Amino acid sequence: MKSSNNKNNHYAIETRELNIYYGNFRAVKDVQLQVNPKKITAIIGPSGCGKTTVLRAFNRMNDLILNARIEGQVLFHGQNIYEKDVDPVQIRRKIGMVFQKPNPFPKSIYENITWGARVNGYEGNLDQLVEESLTQAALWEEVKDNLNKSALALSGGQQQRLCIARTIAVKPEIILMDEPCSALDPIATLKIEELMRVLSKQYTIIIVTHNMQQAARASDYTAFFTMDEDRTGVMVEYGLTDQIFTNPKQKLTEDYITGRYG
Amino acid sequence: MNVEPSENGYSHSSAFFQRRYVIGIIWNKILLISTIIGIIALFTLLLTVINQSIGLVAVEYKINPSLLSNVPLEDLTSQELITILQDNLTSYRFRTLNREKPLLSRSQTELLELVNEKVVDPKIIASWYLIPSITQKNQISEFVKEKYPNAFLKFYSWLNWNFIVRSMSSRPELAGVRIAIKGSAFIVLIAIFLALPLGVGAAIYLEEYAHPSRWINRIIQTNIDNLAGVPSIIYGILGLAVFVRALSPITSGSIFGFEGNTSRNILSAGFTMGLLILPMFIINAQEAIRSVPVSLRYASYSLGATKWQTIWSHVLPSAMTGILTGSILAISRALGETAPLIVVGASTYITSDPKGPFSGFSALPILIYNWTTRPQDQFRNIAAAAIIVLLIILLTINAFAIILRNRLSEKRI
Repeated sequence: MKSSNNKNNHYAIETRELNIYYGNFRAVKDVQLQVNPKKITAIIGPSGCGKTTVLRAFNRMNDLILNARIEGQVLFHGQNIYEKDVDPVQIRRKIGMVFQKPNPFPKSIYENITWGARVNGYEGNLDQLVEESLTQAALWEEVKDNLNKSALALSGGQQQRLCIARTIAVKPEIILMDEPCSALDPIATLKIEELMRVLSKQYTIIIVTHNMQQAARASDYTAFFTMDEDRTGVMVEYGLTDQIFTNPKQKLTEDYITGRYG
Repeated sequence: MNVEPSENGYSHSSAFFQRRYVIGIIWNKILLISTIIGIIALFTLLLTVINQSIGLVAVEYKINPSLLSNVPLEDLTSQELITILQDNLTSYRFRTLNREKPLLSRSQTELLELVNEKVVDPKIIASWYLIPSITQKNQISEFVKEKYPNAFLKFYSWLNWNFIVRSMSSRPELAGVRIAIKGSAFIVLIAIFLALPLGVGAAIYLEEYAHPSRWINRIIQTNIDNLAGVPSIIYGILGLAVFVRALSPITSGSIFGFEGNTSRNILSAGFTMGLLILPMFIINAQEAIRSVPVSLRYASYSLGATKWQTIWSHVLPSAMTGILTGSILAISRALGETAPLIVVGASTYITSDPKGPFSGFSALPILIYNWTTRPQDQFRNIAAAAIIVLLIILLTINAFAIILRNRLSEKRI
């Protein structure tokens, strides 16, 4: 990554005047978000306010959507990842992503973990990597005897933890999670939340969630998004989770977290 | 139904419910009738070809076997059969046969076949379809007795093993489809060889790389969609102009040192067929690639995989079932195509098996087309038999496609 004039930047990732468009429609307006390293940052807000769009901007997944366009900067190690000479493939390897619906590859559990490592030129011991990643994702004990079984045979919660293990296996710095628990039952949800807590010792985690209790329970920082009158997403308030949920500065935030709308 | 008038704006009149119920029934019946008409058409087709391929035939021997020996010919020894050949053939033909393969070294079955073919020489002089053969059996036998006193009637299936393994002949009872089946197989193989890699490659490019908002890509896409609907005769003319004429040095093999072949050969026909099925291959592969869930691609990209790694490891394996199944179905279309082969120059009469890409050829649909245009009745019978052969091949291929699809989709879960 190119060195930049912004060396004293200590944030894991930072956006400046981030605007995201789908065609002519502005989906997100002027987002200024500084994500602290090795913390869990939750993005909450009503449906359609652009939470996922912002999350996908962090590892250039929006590039894959045909008419999506970005203005402004997303700084990662002080470098704008939308510069022309930045390879999105390299960015995604550093900033992994876990999706709403568990999406393991239709391969064995073992291959699900090792595939990402192999395509990224991993030269270490694959067996060890599999055990390490699955252990970190709190899945090892459940699957260690069935590593060659198809990943699609696992339960939804196990599949999602496998997806997390797969993401960890390529050793990213940041893990983006797009409503990772919305397809899971409460017990599986709790397991993922515990797992996030453990992982946050090593990784920066940004999670989009619909579930305010989840944000309150599991995150260190919370960003609250909503829509303005043009249906464009705006960030209303960002701060420590405790502060957002107990003493919000903005009226809109208070209305939302107390359930008055959304 | 007797409901009091409503106050919330919804009709509660029983006439309304009655009407929508009746409309449902009517549509149900219309759909049923269209299905039945389709099935009747299919059934009629099958009935017609079966009706024509089995039935009574009147056979006349050149020399009645009872005149040759007192016991049935099958019971004669090789020596006795050779004597019969010697007595009944001209010495020139006898010597020729002996030169082809010494008669003494031939087995009894081979000799028996030779006697049947050269001496007894049964000739089918009249034939009847299956239905009249059953319903008007007596009239037919009287008619034969009167008109062909030397002939006898027998029940005969024109579709038999000999029909499949024999080469072509100008006598319908001796003609077979072996050469045509081989020709068809060669053509289809070359067509697959050309269309599968090109089709899958183009589909990957169009689906994964070409940006649909660029006008050039939209034009390409529209053109491919339209090409799939171009009449096959046009492809035949294209094949004639390009492969037979313009590329003649290549397709006749003279560039590679194979002299003496025309360019109206299997290679040209295979390439023409390949072009014909190429748009179908592309469209079908595109659909298969498009049906790969986008979540799979996202999963791959989010691990830092490149586009090609994603395509190679996830998109193609997931799409392969669909690509193969659709390709097999396109192949069955190529097997049944007639028009382009006529234009490219398929032979209607050829007695040597195709030996390679530069051989002249015939194909099953060509044979069927040719036989149905002959004046003799018996060619209609063998045309029907050849249609059955073609249908069986097509059904086998389609069944294979279905089995393959089920197998592969089971494996992926």
